[in-house]
Amino acid sequence: MGRQLLLEHINKPGIRGLEAYRANGGYRSVEKALKTMTPEAVLEEVKKSGLRGRGGAGFPTGMKWSFLAKPEGVPRYLVVNADESEPGTFKDRYLMERIPHLLIEGIVPSCFAMGANTCYIYIRGEYFYVARILEQAIAEAYAAGWLGKNILGSGFDLDVYVHVGAGAYICGEETALLESLEGKRGNPRIKPPFPAVKGLWQRPTVVNNVETICAVVPIINDGGEEYAKIGIGKSTGTKLISASGHINKPGVYEIELGVPVEEFINSDAYCGGISGGRPLKACIPGGSSVPILPAELLYRTAKFEMRLMTYESLSDGGFQTGSMLGSGGFYVMNDTTCIVRATWNHSRFYHHESCGQCSPCREGTGWMEKILYRFEHGLARTDDIDLLWDVQRRIEGNTICPFGDAAAWPVAASIRHFRHEFEYHATHPTKVKDPKHCEKEPIPYPEKSYAG
Amino acid sequence: MQHIPTPHNATAGATPFSLSDAGLAECRAIMARYPEEFAKSALIPILHIAQTENDGWLSVPAMDAVAKLLGIQYIEVYEVATFYSMFNLSPVGKHVLEVCHTVPCMLRGADDVIAHIGKRLGIKPGETTKDGLFTLKAAECLGSCGTAPMLQCGAKYHEHLTIEKVDELIEKFRSGEKRNNYTDRIEA
Repeated sequence: MGRQLLLEHINKPGIRGLEAYRANGGYRSVEKALKTMTPEAVLEEVKKSGLRGRGGAGFPTGMKWSFLAKPEGVPRYLVVNADESEPGTFKDRYLMERIPHLLIEGIVPSCFAMGANTCYIYIRGEYFYVARILEQAIAEAYAAGWLGKNILGSGFDLDVYVHVGAGAYICGEETALLESLEGKRGNPRIKPPFPAVKGLWQRPTVVNNVETICAVVPIINDGGEEYAKIGIGKSTGTKLISASGHINKPGVYEIELGVPVEEFINSDAYCGGISGGRPLKACIPGGSSVPILPAELLYRTAKFEMRLMTYESLSDGGFQTGSMLGSGGFYVMNDTTCIVRATWNHSRFYHHESCGQCSPCREGTGWMEKILYRFEHGLARTDDIDLLWDVQRRIEGNTICPFGDAAAWPVAASIRHFRHEFEYHATHPTKVKDPKHCEKEPIPYPEKSYAG
Repeated sequence: MQHIPTPHNATAGATPFSLSDAGLAECRAIMARYPEEFAKSALIPILHIAQTENDGWLSVPAMDAVAKLLGIQYIEVYEVATFYSMFNLSPVGKHVLEVCHTVPCMLRGADDVIAHIGKRLGIKPGETTKDGLFTLKAAECLGSCGTAPMLQCGAKYHEHLTIEKVDELIEKFRSGEKRNNYTDRIEA
């Protein structure tokens, strides 16, 4: 087990309350930032840390903050993205439910660096009970003087509010989130202008993931350089991984970036191996939007290097033989999993969640779901594979927001790596009518070599 | 497209709606979080309160009441209410069982849970039992993949489900008097 910067105290009794949180060294970063540092110095530490956005895109956080426009007399905002809806990801709920003060602590130096006096935490509606926990923690923080007017006598004012959504995956996209926060449908905006210039109510806004803001706490406490010592290359620090699927120990794990994937799956410190002692078939390492990796490309890259849990290593080989770290929604599939069924399930999800603004996505996700339904229910022909490929290719890159890409990539990767399963479904219609056909008789994997 | 009036979306003859005093106070507290000129921002949180006070769904009078409270056009409320999946636009059962069936839950047997509940209650996903007690919904990812399979009922997440656990839950709900709402304050 590596260093636990975020989860160190998460199992301490009463840590949800301010008293226990403070007794375990909580709010030190607020004291340090507000009493001994300037906003520029806080930004500098975050830049030095090399912290990258933990919501999925992996954009450098310090750089995002430095883009914030600062026109005179216009309020600026920090909006915390707690609309965690990516299938396979549940780390933010874990943080906010167990240790809500960590998020609130991270918000204070972040807002101080941006010169923002108001912060909204946009939390998905399904997490209503978590929103209540956050509200309780915010009330405690106000009462103790960590929020409100003139915090610690520094002259810095900060108000934090929780805003609940109402069930829409697309609101995790930052501009859709801002639309939703303004009380509208969650339709993403065309960029530019970026939220850093025209965000919430057309005012400069930074949108950051919950985990990103939480990571600011150890960065301020120990310094950006110390944080950057953890990890490999441009993947610095620790990352929360939500592990689920066919593994022995599902849950949220904090890893130092750079742990080998093989160790992560099989070590007892993390996933504890594949459940039921069955062979590994495939893994989606960064939430449903990233390409699926078959077992033989998971532990080793196509160049036969060890695959590591970093932004770079997981994407090694591009989409041909790689994937992405994404939001860290890591789900593992054993040999009884039907990839066609999983792909159909994904496409149903994207069809359901498409906002309907751009035609390629609105229509394309529907077509993909219909074609995949045919495959799953023994109604497809072999040439439908090419039709499916054609549909997904026309969505990618042709939409306002990255949702279209996210809907197309899982389908493309499934066909790329598991074409033989689609062919099997087309040629064995009576067998695949049973939804559990793969559990009874896994579809054999053909000999394949990615080397060279 | 043409508006087809049904008992659920009728304006004339629909059951009138007004927020309770407590609900209204809560709405006002929510509105205070946003600059006065952007009061519309409070729309989604307030719709949740209206839905709770209207037996778990948003009737046209309930949406109109919210529009008046915020000083916005009716259509601005309708277009939002129809976009988000947590808002019900027709009556639902007292206990809405939302079973997550996206891939991580599917891998751990969510489809069997849905089939079992459906069989036990005699309904398909999206339907309500005749006695009005249960609605079954197949939900998309609820952020509980590590504790799959799971279902949400009101504010509460019921995780690590087994068929036995589901049966127990259904019996518990059947004897429970209170409607389960998203806005409930629960022990978590």
